Amino acid sequence: MPTVEGTLCLTGHHLILSSRQDNTEELWLLHSNIDSIEKRFVGSVGSIIVKCKDLRVIQLDIPGMEECLNIASSIEALSTLDSVSLMYPFFYRPMFEVIEDGWNSFLPEAAFKDLESMTDEWRLSEVNKDFSVCPSYPPLVAVPKDVDDDTLRKVATFRHSGRFPVLSYYHKKNGMVMMRASQPLTGTNGRRCKEDEKLINATLRPGKRGYIIDTRTINVAQQAKARGGGFESEANYPQWRRIHKALERSNVLQESLIKLVEACNDQSHSMDRWLSKLEASNWQTHVKEILTTACLAAQCIDREGASVLVHGTEGTDSTLQVTSLAQIILDPACRTIRGFQGLVEREWLQAGHPFQQRCAQSAYSNSKPRQEAPVFLLFLDCVWQILRQFPCSFEFSESFLVLLFEHAYASQFGTFLGNSTAERAKLSLPEKTVSLWSWVNRPQELERLTNPLYEANSLVIWPSVAPQSLLLWEGVFLRWNRSSKCLDEAYEEMVHIIEYNKELQNKVNTLRRQLAQLETEDPLLQTP
Amino acid sequence: MLWFCLESDKWSTIRTPKVEQVRLLDRFSNKTTNGTLYLTATHLIFVESISNNSASAGQEIWILHHHIASVEKLSLTTTGCPLVLQCRNFRVVHFVVQRERDCHDIYSSLLRLLQPVSYQELYAFSYNPKQNDQQREEGWQLIDLGAEFERMGVPCDQWQLTDVNRDYKVCETYPRDLYVPITASKPIIVGSSKFRSKGRFPVLTYFYQEKKAAVCRCSQPLSGFSARCLEDESMLQAISKANHNSRFVYVMDTRPKLNALANRAAGKGYENEDNYSNIRFQFVGIENIHVMRTSLQKLLEVIGTRSLSMSDYLVGLESSGWLRHIKAVVDAAIFLTKAVTVEGASVLVHCSDGWDRTAQVCSLGSLLMDPYYRTIKGFMVLIEKDWISFGHKFADRCDQLDGDPKEVSPIFTQFLECVWQLTEQFPQAFEFSEWFLLQIHEHVHSCQYGNFLGNNQRQREELQLRERTHSLWAFLMSERQNYLNPFYSPAYSEAHPVLAPSTLPYNFKFWRNMYHQFDRSMHPRQSILKTILTLRENSRKEEGTLQALESRLQQLGVTPIATSDPPAPPPTRDQRSNSNTLPPRPDSLILGAPINHKEVQRQEEEDEQEEVGEEATESTDTERTVEGSSGTESRKQSYGELEGTYNTELAKEEPAVVSLEFGVARMTC
Repeated sequence: MPTVEGTLCLTGHHLILSSRQDNTEELWLLHSNIDSIEKRFVGSVGSIIVKCKDLRVIQLDIPGMEECLNIASSIEALSTLDSVSLMYPFFYRPMFEVIEDGWNSFLPEAAFKDLESMTDEWRLSEVNKDFSVCPSYPPLVAVPKDVDDDTLRKVATFRHSGRFPVLSYYHKKNGMVMMRASQPLTGTNGRRCKEDEKLINATLRPGKRGYIIDTRTINVAQQAKARGGGFESEANYPQWRRIHKALERSNVLQESLIKLVEACNDQSHSMDRWLSKLEASNWQTHVKEILTTACLAAQCIDREGASVLVHGTEGTDSTLQVTSLAQIILDPACRTIRGFQGLVEREWLQAGHPFQQRCAQSAYSNSKPRQEAPVFLLFLDCVWQILRQFPCSFEFSESFLVLLFEHAYASQFGTFLGNSTAERAKLSLPEKTVSLWSWVNRPQELERLTNPLYEANSLVIWPSVAPQSLLLWEGVFLRWNRSSKCLDEAYEEMVHIIEYNKELQNKVNTLRRQLAQLETEDPLLQTP
Repeated sequence: MLWFCLESDKWSTIRTPKVEQVRLLDRFSNKTTNGTLYLTATHLIFVESISNNSASAGQEIWILHHHIASVEKLSLTTTGCPLVLQCRNFRVVHFVVQRERDCHDIYSSLLRLLQPVSYQELYAFSYNPKQNDQQREEGWQLIDLGAEFERMGVPCDQWQLTDVNRDYKVCETYPRDLYVPITASKPIIVGSSKFRSKGRFPVLTYFYQEKKAAVCRCSQPLSGFSARCLEDESMLQAISKANHNSRFVYVMDTRPKLNALANRAAGKGYENEDNYSNIRFQFVGIENIHVMRTSLQKLLEVIGTRSLSMSDYLVGLESSGWLRHIKAVVDAAIFLTKAVTVEGASVLVHCSDGWDRTAQVCSLGSLLMDPYYRTIKGFMVLIEKDWISFGHKFADRCDQLDGDPKEVSPIFTQFLECVWQLTEQFPQAFEFSEWFLLQIHEHVHSCQYGNFLGNNQRQREELQLRERTHSLWAFLMSERQNYLNPFYSPAYSEAHPVLAPSTLPYNFKFWRNMYHQFDRSMHPRQSILKTILTLRENSRKEEGTLQALESRLQQLGVTPIATSDPPAPPPTRDQRSNSNTLPPRPDSLILGAPINHKEVQRQEEEDEQEEVGEEATESTDTERTVEGSSGTESRKQSYGELEGTYNTELAKEEPAVVSLEFGVARMTC
């Protein structure tokens, strides 16, 4: 890592380090990006080690103990603001021209229009318009046409946090659907809810059956009964077959991330130590399990021709990993830049993944984890795995995934603030902050995120989930540990080859047209 | 004539040349393929039968007998008699033969065919690629080691060619032509050779001209606990004197110290720093051939497990020790490189006999120091020099003849893997792609070309390989288009002649494309390498079209519109202009056998099926590949959970698309 000497400056939202020389890059670090800091003293020189949520580690050597301590406490205070409304997005003013306001780019109404063009079996319900039925749902949700709002209200009382089953994805090819919900509140005495049964059965075609994918093991699901939760019993849901998978809950995932990052930062030269730490982190296991479950859901829909309901406990974490990844596999539209933004909006932001809680701390947090968990990061990792296996089928490149990771944890944009649509509305985010999508959807930014190899692929893409096929996501986890210069240069060379080819093709086409025109103008010129 | 007799001889060992209704089981799923098994004098061939679903034509798998490492007949099951073949190119095939007698016939025929007792039985002596004698001769002349030493700047004022081994009298496992310091007289050489295991005295293998530093190699000294040899000491002194940049020579013993110590009891050992003036002695701790063999076995066992969990995979990867060994070799090569290029010191490398670890470290070190060895031709030269000519025992290590199983070891495979690991870190530094390494590995074991037969040059001359077999290098050179790395940048090599890789553990990855070469379901369904190669080929064609169009327009007296633009950036590679056209579908890279017509037809049919939209494939203007498809069945299994679906109607599948044999598909499209 290069050493830079310069002046440190703390502003309300940034830590700035400038060497005060022309043409040199300055370090601008958002305070909200700081995960934790450590102080060290050697003689009169104090060092502050700043560990960021994007996994970068910076060491600041500051002469003078007192000054060092002052700076450290300032950083600490500024990076742990309690109030959301003091966060940078509320103060950030865009320095770019907003072509399209991202806050309006992916409204549920628009998504429903697409659905309407394919089927008339669904309707957009306003039952949650004041967020009273389900606080974590958006005001508009797609439900079976034959199910009225009263039924929905009753179902909501039977599902954890009111998250009644809603449409997640409609598979145009065969009309099968994927729904998501939270666990049913059956409790120990096997409570049932006719309306719930009616609702999910309404999604089945006559004579057809469906699959319920419970992201918990059968044991965990059983134990949930004691706390009022539970699962759909065969007796009450005879048309559904339940499959249990073992996706981990948030605190386990957070610990896994911490261990993984610790392993990646270990400078030891022992191969055994690296491999055993990598294994002990369990990160790759989580990636494999999540991908496998998503593939299973996709397989039920596309291969078995069956509809699917996915849920875990709350339906805000592992459920969303599964439903969103299944769509990446099944739906080519989700593999475009805009389609992927739409997917993140629908299946994560509007679906009520509590970003603010989950991304409050990252891998370097010293405090005891509360609600933090790299659920979204794992989703991005899984997308990256599929991207690696189908490098020509995605319109976006790895950098888009890295960008989303960064902004989910610390951002000048308001997109990932708050835990639900209701909270975002309360904070007036659309009015007071800029959307990440407003920034991304500009030509110069899109160009940077585009995958030069992309060729639209309308097919379902089945990734391999064998351990040998899954890799460590170096672009995130080794990003700051080694120089990517060689890889970047090779990437540029690749872009160069592709562009050269395009240019040639354009020229050939131009000349062909020119020649054709000459020939039509003067038939005598036509070659015999 | 001779080979004809041998052929008929072989035929007589084949009791059953054809067995019908054989099932091929996929290694990682429950997928099976029905077909017919043919046993020929050189290959075992499985041809998929035309199934009820008329759309699927017969897939073929050709397995060279020499590639088969072991045949195992498992106990009879209700469906038939299972026969499992493990191949040296890491293919594993599992057949089920209906009748036990047939299975036994094939099994016993194979057993006999797999144990050639004389070199003349090897495929290279019967393989005839339709070349005349002159072409064959030219093929053998492609690599000239004399010219290679000249390229390094040897002979020079400090190093000379010695004829001491002209008749293989001093060391029978060394080549005839050897380079030694000017001051090393014949008596010194002969005396030193008597003090070195197998007579392998210190000789030059690479000369780093910039600093006049030499990389020398030898075997361990016969020092025992206290023996010394003045000639050997003079020899090292001579090496030291030949380099004015450094006052000392590094002596790298590539073994773990413990092993070297143990050798002393057998009258061997290592150099005592007190007896040799101006040496710096260093152990680097690469394990021996037995450890390496066991390590690879463990690795293959782990990755061959069905439904392997991530945890078992990583634990297995660790406990096999494979990547640790790979890292040890790279670390040693880096030590060598730094000593030579940074300190300007000469280095003498040895292990026990100086033909395994020594070959690995010297060749890998040279590759780090000299960009030439990172080109296609240079890499051939490197292998020819440090491995073939200096007597790496290919015959023993690769088990060419029925020999001692304890002599078999994947030393050369490790070297190829080390190179692959480097290509991952320096994607622009190598002229060749991974396919080149895989193809070399394939042929080191195929015994189809003469290059790797035998254990040393003397033996090769006795076998008259140059007269009676063909050279692999000529074949690879004729196909070099297929092995080019599109990201290669000669400019990069100019700017970074010496590579300085990082050996932090996370830089070493499992080489899936080698060890799962034939397990198609493991691989990415789209390949960047292939896509870019196709694009470049496409560009080459467009360049031609562009020129033709321009001249046509000029003929008509019109200025072409497009040329008024600034000219397109020139092709980035100089070799692009003088390269031949890439054949749209090259012959199989992996099998060396031409792709069967049926296979091509079959691919087209599969492509059509894909239009229905089962799986993704990449598509380009010129060709479509078969990377997608298949796997539907196998993938399904791997996602699990749906077996025993309660509703058979629901579970009804369209007829399974049979996968095209992966090795062929990936390597050729």
